[in-house]
Amino acid sequence: MTQPATQTGKQAPRKQAGDGPPERPAIRTADLRKTYKTSRGDVPAVRGIDLAVGTGEFFGLLGPNGAGKSTTIGMLTTLVVPTGGRAWVAGIDVVADPVGVKRRIGVVTQNNTLDMQLTVAENLEFRSRFFGLGLREAARRAEQLLAAFGLEDRRKAIATDLSGGQAKRLLIARALVHKPDVLFLDEPTAGLDPQTRVNLWDMLRALHDEGQTILLTTHYMEEAEALCDRVAVVDHGEVLASGTIDELKDGAGADTVITVRYEGAVPDGLALRPGLNARPGISKVETEGDQVRVFTRQPDGVLGELVTAGASAGLTVRDAAQLKPSLETVFLNLTGREYRE
Amino acid sequence: MTTATGDRQADADALLSRALGAPGAAAIITDAPEPHPTLMKTFAAMMAREGRVLRRNMIGTFMRTVMQPLLFVFVFTYVLPKIGAAGIFGAGAAAGTTFATVLLPGLMASMLFTQGIMAVTFPLVMEFSWQRTIEDRALAPVPIRVLAIQKIIAGAVQAFIGALIVIPIVLLVHAPGQAPQVNVTNWALLAFILAAGSLLTASLGLLLGTLMDPRKMQMLFAAILLPATMLGCVYYPWSALSSIRWLQVAVLVNPMVYMSEGLRAVLTPQTGHLAMWAILLVLVGGTALLGYLGTKAFTRRVLN
Repeated sequence: MTQPATQTGKQAPRKQAGDGPPERPAIRTADLRKTYKTSRGDVPAVRGIDLAVGTGEFFGLLGPNGAGKSTTIGMLTTLVVPTGGRAWVAGIDVVADPVGVKRRIGVVTQNNTLDMQLTVAENLEFRSRFFGLGLREAARRAEQLLAAFGLEDRRKAIATDLSGGQAKRLLIARALVHKPDVLFLDEPTAGLDPQTRVNLWDMLRALHDEGQTILLTTHYMEEAEALCDRVAVVDHGEVLASGTIDELKDGAGADTVITVRYEGAVPDGLALRPGLNARPGISKVETEGDQVRVFTRQPDGVLGELVTAGASAGLTVRDAAQLKPSLETVFLNLTGREYRE
Repeated sequence: MTTATGDRQADADALLSRALGAPGAAAIITDAPEPHPTLMKTFAAMMAREGRVLRRNMIGTFMRTVMQPLLFVFVFTYVLPKIGAAGIFGAGAAAGTTFATVLLPGLMASMLFTQGIMAVTFPLVMEFSWQRTIEDRALAPVPIRVLAIQKIIAGAVQAFIGALIVIPIVLLVHAPGQAPQVNVTNWALLAFILAAGSLLTASLGLLLGTLMDPRKMQMLFAAILLPATMLGCVYYPWSALSSIRWLQVAVLVNPMVYMSEGLRAVLTPQTGHLAMWAILLVLVGGTALLGYLGTKAFTRRVLN
């Protein structure tokens, strides 16, 4: 049995863990790869990623900067050509029929790609016309989106004059003009202030609740936790783990992680002291340089034990941290590295 | 069941409305028009977008296209003849030919060249740098090469119009007795040479805009626009270079020579000009080659 989702703000019925792979994949990749050829040799950005995202799902690619998320989203949106493997969006092969894919996707790129020569309304109207809507239809669609995204007052502003949050809203509105099957968002809240970010989250949840399939990349743990039905944790171009948030926590990272840093290097065997090692619930103890890291399901008393252990070896504690089970602890557990944003 | 689903739907609608700040905002998904893009519709919309931008920047566009030929013609065919300094110009032209006669095809070619490159290269360098706004257009439902061709055609239209603007200016602005002697017999050939020249410069503009490092933009003037214009048979007919034989041969690598001489051949044939077969060969062959290279480079740069 899975625990009920305890994260805040989840409105839609969540997919239960154990549903298995989605039956009607909106996105599917098989051993998808991208290697960039540079003057310094081949640089693998994505090294064989397998994903399956169901229709109506809110899926997250979570990983630090440089993990290969943007390259993956680039391949799915046809602007990056894979060097290996295959990918399908809405059932269409991204390499064989990129135009067919482009018809069915909406993309919010990380950078502000609004047409800076056009007004807010024109950005929506022309995008609608690119997708074959007539003049009148395009104008109506633009009005509908302006109203929905609270941009009516900025209708005639040139796109350069928008604030960061407004620009992001317009980018999302523009990505939705042609009713895409899948909405791609690459780091949608990077660089936004906290309030704008929370507003954007509400907006994305609302879209998802209306049935919009969304794939989002983020390097913010809390963003993935707050929004996504399922997450794939990505680093160095590979999927480390994937599943619902609860599945991930139950699997690799149900542990609380306690890290203690001492004033000096930790001698071998410190962490193996019987007092610590005999405690129930401990799944792993790692020693590295001046720090010891304990993964445990029963964190009570562990910190005290570590302080005592240090004192007996003549070490005082400089710094201690306790992480509750989260994607961050999942990442720590999977990679042995602290999550770098 | 239905009630629960209905309630949840109502909740979701309310949330979307609140989140998106408008009543009935759920309609942006449920009530969206069904798009039916076709290549032609998308292409036409992209051209309409260029038109909108040009209209918005009308004053700038007007200044760019009118001021250069206007000042040139004013100084060379009005001021200089008035102060008695015109004799040194037009020396290479046949006796009795006014300088305006030499200048008309030359300035038209100059406009084709500078407008074609400015209209394509400058915006493209911007679109590729900084925020990479090119990605916006690249996501339109057409192959990337269609986007490249659209950029060439939009630039060519601007170059074509720029060249036409020169005509009334040269015809109207001059000192008494300094009017150009225009003698067009083959209008179709004139239109063809203008069109081919426009497409050639716009294709070159696409190639330059794709390959150019934005930090080296000033090189565009120093290394390309200025030499092409000064050595492009704008202010003198090619035949007049016979007294500097090495230069006469060297300028043949400059595509602008073929535009100047091509227009000279159809507008003011009495001045003497390059052989028409050479002109057509370079204009058509150059357009094909640069169009191919530009489109290829552009596609490779957009898709990485």
